[in-house]
Amino acid sequence: MGGRLFKNFSFFSATLSFFILIGIFSILFTYAQDSIHQFGFDFLSSEIWEADEDDEDIGIFGGFIPIVGTMLSTTIAMIIATPLAMGIAIFLTEIAHKTLIKPVSIAIELLAAIPSIIYGMWGLFYFAPIIQSTFGGQGVGLLTAGIVLAIMIIPFMAAITRDSMNTVPDVLKESAYAMGATKFEVIKDVVMPYSKGGIIGSIILALGRALGETMAVAFLIGSVMQIPSKITDPTTSIPVLLANNFSEAQGLEMSSMYYLALILFIVSFIIISVAKFYFLGKKVK
Amino acid sequence: MSKLIMETKDFSFTYAGVDTPSLKKINLPIKESKITALIGPSGCGKSTLLRAMNRIHDLYPGNKYEGEINLYSADGKENILNIKKENDFIKLRQRVGMIFQKPTPFPMSIFDNVAYGLKLAGIKDKTEIQERVENALKGAAIWNETKDRLHTSALGMSGGQQQRLCIARAVALKPEVMLFDEPTSALDPISTGAIEELISELKNDVSIVIVTHNMQQASRLSDYTAFMYLGDLIEYDKTDIIFMNPKEKLTEDYITGRFG
Repeated sequence: MGGRLFKNFSFFSATLSFFILIGIFSILFTYAQDSIHQFGFDFLSSEIWEADEDDEDIGIFGGFIPIVGTMLSTTIAMIIATPLAMGIAIFLTEIAHKTLIKPVSIAIELLAAIPSIIYGMWGLFYFAPIIQSTFGGQGVGLLTAGIVLAIMIIPFMAAITRDSMNTVPDVLKESAYAMGATKFEVIKDVVMPYSKGGIIGSIILALGRALGETMAVAFLIGSVMQIPSKITDPTTSIPVLLANNFSEAQGLEMSSMYYLALILFIVSFIIISVAKFYFLGKKVK
Repeated sequence: MSKLIMETKDFSFTYAGVDTPSLKKINLPIKESKITALIGPSGCGKSTLLRAMNRIHDLYPGNKYEGEINLYSADGKENILNIKKENDFIKLRQRVGMIFQKPTPFPMSIFDNVAYGLKLAGIKDKTEIQERVENALKGAAIWNETKDRLHTSALGMSGGQQQRLCIARAVALKPEVMLFDEPTSALDPISTGAIEELISELKNDVSIVIVTHNMQQASRLSDYTAFMYLGDLIEYDKTDIIFMNPKEKLTEDYITGRFG
């Protein structure tokens, strides 16, 4: 009796997440219908976002700017974060002295645990002026958002990559050293190829996180509906636009925002699926 | 009497963070073009001694060496415990190769696994690499099984094949000494037979030290045998003498299976 109850309960819990996923997708899809009908795929390439002040069912909405803003800020973040995170992981697994591994690891895990709004505030009040005096611009903008995003995803990426590099058997490294390899050659030819799956997985998971990050980016990207012409220009991103406009939007604008959310959902979903595929592929072997 | 290739003189070794030495004043000769077997119960220090002979212990900081380990060449002898620079370590490890307990193919193709050491040694000429890879694979009796799939991943081979690939990899560098650390303990009897045959063929070109738990293996393969117990070298002699007529009571007890 108790066993059956427990079985049903765990079955219910397991299927619940599946229904939530489908539920969210169908809600996004349903609410986005008006906008999808109105704009179709042109939505992806249109730069105009203008609501009509009198009639909420008229207006021109296009997602090009937030889509580009999301892609650019994420790209900047990935370009900065990937080499640094690899460097941290390699240092922690292959180079650091034993007494140093623990404190650095703990620091990295703590960095990963800081709420994103704190990164946003720190970035706005401390970091943006530095960017402004170094690179020009208005302080807030693509570059600032990208760099702070990079700082946010580095610990995450470094931790996963480190765990993956820790799975390289000692004896495999020893046998490379025993053939006369230097430390650098062992890292390049044995450690990196062996932990390739985990490294790619960590990059993709970090990418997913950078794409969806809202609070820190909302503080830093400038929230301006314009195509950036320089790297220091302010622009906007999908999550930022959604967070800023949700309280006022109605009718077609609201539907267009659901459309944007749907795009972000699908992109994130694809990215996480690819990451899972890599991780699973690793486990099967 | 054949020539010496290596010897340890009053060699003691202490692991990092431990007070008592794991090896105490070991004096062991290694003869050129012969197979020397190290036997003894678990924890006697035979693997520790083997791993000191190409200083693989140095990958982990804080270990302490005392005494001498000399490596002989035409120019005389060199105490390998004096090596400090990375370049000299690399040279040492190319002269003294090592095969581990479990097969350790690198995550690359069969060809690249063997070519890897050559590339590390600075050989750039493609035809020379090709030739030496082929000779090494033939030397390790694995050429026929691999010649049609040289460029597939080495991870797809069987355990016994992988171990022979690792031997080919070491042979390709033409080392003077090869250290085998229980090379067959993870393999089935047929693969073990193939590896043993390979090792006895190799001794024409290279001097071999093998650590083994398997006393039949030691008696079948080796010319000289050293029996170790709790960090001491108890007895060293020709293999026949160690197994037929040991001088020490401890050696006799061990090889007749009274302990260990």
